[in-house]
Amino acid sequence: MGKLTINQREFDIQADDDTPLLWVLRDELGLTGTKYGCGKALCGACTVLVDGKPQRACVTPVSALAKQSITTIEGAQSKVAQAVINAWLELDVAQCGYCQSGQILAAAALLETHAQPSDAQINEAMDGNLCRCATYVRIRAAIHRAAEKLT
Amino acid sequence: MSSAVNKLSRRDFLKAGLAVSSGLTLGLRLGSVPADEAAPFMPNAFVRIGADNSVTIIAKHVEMGQGIHTGLATLLAEELDADWAQIRVEAAPADSSRYNNLNWGGNQGTGGSSSINNAWLQMREAGAAARAMLVAAAAAQWQVAASDISVSKGQLRHAASGREGSFGDFCAAAARLPVPGAVKLKDPQEFVYIGHPLARTDAVAKTHGQALYTIDLHLPGMRTAVMLHPPRIGAVPATVDDKAARAIKGVHAVIRLDQGVAVVAENFWAAKRGRDALKVDWDESRAITLDSEDQRTQYRELASRTGHSLRADGDVAAALTTSHKRVEAVYELPYLAHATLEPMNCIVQISQGGCELWYGAQAMTSDQNHVARLLGLTPAKVKINQLFAGGSFGRRADLQADYVLETVRIAQALGDGQPLKLLWTREDDMRGGRYRPAATHALHGAVNAQGEVQAWQQRIVCQALRGGGVPKNGKVDKTLHEGASDLPYRIGNLAVDVHIPEPGVPVLWWRSVGHTHTAFAVESFIDELAHAAGRDPLELRRSLLRDDPRRLAVLELAAAAGDWGKPLAKGHGRGIAVHRSFGTWVAEVVEVSMGEDERFSVERVTVAVDCGLAVNPDVVRAQMEGGVGYALSAALAGEITFKNGAVVQDNFDSYPVLRLSQMPRIDVHIVPSAEAPSGVGEPGVPPLAPALANALFAASGKRWRRLPFKTSTAV
Repeated sequence: MGKLTINQREFDIQADDDTPLLWVLRDELGLTGTKYGCGKALCGACTVLVDGKPQRACVTPVSALAKQSITTIEGAQSKVAQAVINAWLELDVAQCGYCQSGQILAAAALLETHAQPSDAQINEAMDGNLCRCATYVRIRAAIHRAAEKLT
Repeated sequence: MSSAVNKLSRRDFLKAGLAVSSGLTLGLRLGSVPADEAAPFMPNAFVRIGADNSVTIIAKHVEMGQGIHTGLATLLAEELDADWAQIRVEAAPADSSRYNNLNWGGNQGTGGSSSINNAWLQMREAGAAARAMLVAAAAAQWQVAASDISVSKGQLRHAASGREGSFGDFCAAAARLPVPGAVKLKDPQEFVYIGHPLARTDAVAKTHGQALYTIDLHLPGMRTAVMLHPPRIGAVPATVDDKAARAIKGVHAVIRLDQGVAVVAENFWAAKRGRDALKVDWDESRAITLDSEDQRTQYRELASRTGHSLRADGDVAAALTTSHKRVEAVYELPYLAHATLEPMNCIVQISQGGCELWYGAQAMTSDQNHVARLLGLTPAKVKINQLFAGGSFGRRADLQADYVLETVRIAQALGDGQPLKLLWTREDDMRGGRYRPAATHALHGAVNAQGEVQAWQQRIVCQALRGGGVPKNGKVDKTLHEGASDLPYRIGNLAVDVHIPEPGVPVLWWRSVGHTHTAFAVESFIDELAHAAGRDPLELRRSLLRDDPRRLAVLELAAAAGDWGKPLAKGHGRGIAVHRSFGTWVAEVVEVSMGEDERFSVERVTVAVDCGLAVNPDVVRAQMEGGVGYALSAALAGEITFKNGAVVQDNFDSYPVLRLSQMPRIDVHIVPSAEAPSGVGEPGVPPLAPALANALFAASGKRWRRLPFKTSTAV
């Protein structure tokens, strides 16, 4: 496999083309903020942004990403992502925390396209990101809070 | 001062401190390494103060989402009068002589919502002792009376002379002073942290992808193992063809164990590809053949016959026969998986004469003993480094140490002394057993012409978590009947009996344990009796709860805040339930809206909780929200079933869990209290399912007695 652009840095990738991005991030590059939860795009714990759009790293082979820009939680530096993270901290959203990287990136992507999302839009954007601690009440509130702060 | 804090010598404490610090080179992002390792002030096993003015609190309970690191830090920081900004938290290693759960004798561990309760005085005393020594050091240096020195937010002050200094300034001098034998604790009116919302100590790491879970830890030379487990519980490998697996790039070894076959590789992906390439024939001669539909029939049949009696007040048979109105109901609950988002995993390194492990452990001492026994070591030679757990809900407290021993067995077979990580896939985790047991409750009740409850007979069919059937001494595992045999309602004729089948399914504690099934049956049936008696369900409970003021108080609070008795929109219904578990009382009012074909949505849940003094009200609220969500997930869809001894579900498509769009509005009300704090991790769970069933009845006139609540199961 060739190069990948992750968090605005270029990396030479050793893994085979069909290796899922998740395991390249975690095991080859040491970017462990992106989590394994299901391996089948069913839980959202591995959500990263590919050209700004949420994508499940556990089912995305690295070969599909050669020309794209990948953002993980470690590189979530945009104004919107920072507003989301700050809202998460203000409302103390995280419990076990394991799903939160994926939740935060999915929320940031939503706010990039919908500056003032409705509850229905939040449902649609966030329903694929499971949280077993059920921090959902605070996730919703934090997205609204971040939206307010960004206006 | 409690003996638990004070019994150890200074040398012991320093030893403990060093052990913790060296463990911490790996648990770096759990807390922070003190800048000045040379002269830490460590007056006891729970706090270390550095010359850099850092205050490191050593947490003896695993942080698995419940907020216990924050809670323990709050207790200690309160009595130390530290500044919250200078607090760091570090996870304690396995060492039951220092870090035992005071509610569990000599055992170190986390569970039963016991953490805050057992550590309430211990952590405060540890903080007060450190404070007293810092004050004594300052008094000696300033040549003033200790009683004239005040401490606030990490600063010591002598008002008359205007002198002041930080903890860091005095930690070297304090370290040379004797540890006080007795300390005075604050009056609750002086609390500045306890009872106030404080930001969680793990929040920043967890919102930046920096928190270190077992899955994230990489040690030099470490390999990763993925297991192939048998499809049917109890099967063992007969023949293993590993040629294709070994040919895969990165695969290092294939290890055959009794419980399956491990593929060990350079990384997870290679190990998983190797695992998928294995060809294994299983010897299923000892495998279970359980089928869930057959089991359901068998449990219902058992529930129709008298079982082992746990309680028999008055004359239930006579009261049932002569009653004005008799009510009968059978409630059924399935097996449930914990389905933590971080699947089970563990890291181990076996060395000459020792063994070191890294993972999130609820049952520290039990795991340590199991590993020691397997390797022929003394427990002290088994070092366990505690890491964050990506959820647990009871799963990481298996008293057989299932996945921990599996990891050790693979490393033992490899015999290379290198670190090894075992990572279960989601499918391994879902099919790995250790489920909340399935249960069937058969209830018979009677009301008289005046609407008074005359009889209550409850028969429970459920596996025991420990041991097999009814033991010879008659002492039945309380997880079959807690919350039922101690029924709070005052009913003169009351009988409870149990059947304990042994279907061979490994079962385990699941967030609120026995209360998950007993509360559903009890709080559904009291509602059914109320309707049969023509009485309001709240009013009937109130009439039967005399002499139980704390239960009554949460019930009244939830009812008032949840608009009980107020008009509802068309198609809406409200249900109520109250339950005490782990020393905490919780009442919940659920409001549902009913659509066509019995499709419903949960609109709102109002929670009232009495957990004694709420150490951190925001964490209490979070645990109630999470408990409601976890219980709602199970009520709407949670179900593990068996076909010919194999688990049917394997991932989040076949075992759906609650999603954001299904999460109702939740309002949490905390009863003001000066009582010692009790736990909040589990008690939010039990009232949800019955309150929901009762709300569904109010909205539709139909009863949902079988979990999960599918449209087809209403009667």
